[in-house]
Amino acid sequence: MAMQASHDPSAASLRLSLSRRIFAVEGMAILAVFALLIAIFMVTAPQTFLSYRIYMTFLANVPPPMILALGLTFVVVAGEMDLSFPSIVAFSSYVFAILFKNYELTWLAFAAALMVGVILGFVNGLIVTQLGIPSMITTLATLFLYGGLVVIVSNGLTVAVPSVTDTVIHSVFAGRIGVLPVQALWALAVAVALWFILNRHRFGENVLFIGDNARVAHVVGIRVDREKLKIFTLMGLLSAFAGILLTLETTTYFSSQGMGYLLIVVASVFIGGTSIFGGSGTIVGTVVGALIVAIIEAGLVASGVQGFWTRFLIGVVFLVSVTLNMALEDPDRVPLFKKIRMRLRR
Amino acid sequence: MQAENGATDLVRMVNIQKHYGKVESLKNVNLTIGRNEIVGLIGDNGAGKSTLIKVMTGVEAPTAGQLFIKGKEVEAGGHSVRQAQDFRIETVYQDKSLGEKQPLWRNFFVGRPITNRFGFIDVKAEKRIAEQIMKSTIGFRSRGISVDSTVGKLSGGERQGVAIGRAMHFDSDLIILDEPTVALAIKEVRRVLDFIQSIKAGGRSCIYIEHTLANVHEVADRLIVLDRGEIALDTPKSALSLSELTEFLLSLHRVRH
Repeated sequence: MAMQASHDPSAASLRLSLSRRIFAVEGMAILAVFALLIAIFMVTAPQTFLSYRIYMTFLANVPPPMILALGLTFVVVAGEMDLSFPSIVAFSSYVFAILFKNYELTWLAFAAALMVGVILGFVNGLIVTQLGIPSMITTLATLFLYGGLVVIVSNGLTVAVPSVTDTVIHSVFAGRIGVLPVQALWALAVAVALWFILNRHRFGENVLFIGDNARVAHVVGIRVDREKLKIFTLMGLLSAFAGILLTLETTTYFSSQGMGYLLIVVASVFIGGTSIFGGSGTIVGTVVGALIVAIIEAGLVASGVQGFWTRFLIGVVFLVSVTLNMALEDPDRVPLFKKIRMRLRR
Repeated sequence: MQAENGATDLVRMVNIQKHYGKVESLKNVNLTIGRNEIVGLIGDNGAGKSTLIKVMTGVEAPTAGQLFIKGKEVEAGGHSVRQAQDFRIETVYQDKSLGEKQPLWRNFFVGRPITNRFGFIDVKAEKRIAEQIMKSTIGFRSRGISVDSTVGKLSGGERQGVAIGRAMHFDSDLIILDEPTVALAIKEVRRVLDFIQSIKAGGRSCIYIEHTLANVHEVADRLIVLDRGEIALDTPKSALSLSELTEFLLSLHRVRH
């Protein structure tokens, strides 16, 4: 016993089988699922999935929901929820579009739209920390409040800005390098930055501990309320950025813009493997989660499945992956699995 | 006179009161904690032990009274967890000191990470130091536990060891242990008592809150009994045997009924 214990622990980790070491890398399991899905769709819809065009369409359309999902990952890791982002997307999109249309502002419109996101996110944080309303309820309310407000301000009208494609800001955020949509690079940059913040920055560490156990976070000296304010503000900022990317790509604002993201963004985070209980999360997982949701939508349609099946199937994938992720975290957390295990042991 | 005393005492509480609405949790508490002593704090549930600790560490402000830390008066309400850490007072709460899903190395440094000026954490340095603490101070050599293991994989005694090791690493002068042996196996209790001895050997002080009288009587230098928000007894351990201590606590109950 004592002899074994004195072994160098690093020697033991070297002996781990290759497959286990590969899957120890963040997001590998979910990446394998993604690769499998692509392989399946290449068989079921070869004419679509064997050409590069579908992937370029992805890279143009996925960045806004992916950036939203990345921000939401922080919120969920902290043990909170934000459902108001579709309305923040719409609000910032409106501010950007109307300032461009009426005053031909570009970078100032960009800054103003981001500012709106920061303010709305900050208000979410204030309500959660100062009124003490659980964030799920708070942001459900502000989803309506912000969404209602932008409809009032815009009179419910659509704002089309086709001439935005001639601007510098358009080529910076929604242009093409060859065939590659630039916004994909922005999404990647956001992902890399957030990975470092979550895993290597003290703010990320504070977020992890707050989600793990808020009382522990408090006694080790983390200012829980202040950090939560930052988290919701960050989510607001990223929602605004996603809204601007969306407006630049589609050159339109309409009031229900972003609503379609509600389910798929939440699904992306949980399919990626971020814990629904808070305290742990994966940025790589969220990136792949967002890709998976998008490819399911496109792949099913291209494979000849009727369009309205996609929502149903995303719901199924959502449930299955949350259950599996929970079981990976702790099998006894899933009552059904626990019962089965107890039966088998008997 | 008092100023001289104040310079040597770690903590001095003068007429401290704490009310929660109409409930008087602490009535007129006067006590001092000196340097390099282990003080056993005993009392029934609801006697005010937790409140006393919360006031002392700044989690809550007292309703009235004065609190001196290392001779300096601390203003009520202006006293935070961070400030208590600056005063080198560290509390190890039962089950509330460690993040279960986080690796050991993060738990050592959370709240006080080693960062560059942009706030990015030096993971390598943190892991190296955490490993040193695990091996030297706490004496962890066991079964495949490394600094990358999550706290959830540790036994209750090991968790207390991590929390105590963390407090010692950050040079705390006073380490407060809130019922560290609750729900531990006998062998694990032994380890925790050894950790407490090492606090004393390291030249620091400790307030040890405990229900099991034999444990607290074994390691404490001084015993304080709190009863319904008041100090009922404050004595060097040598003046009181374990059976006398037990008898005294029972007598408190008799008075009450």
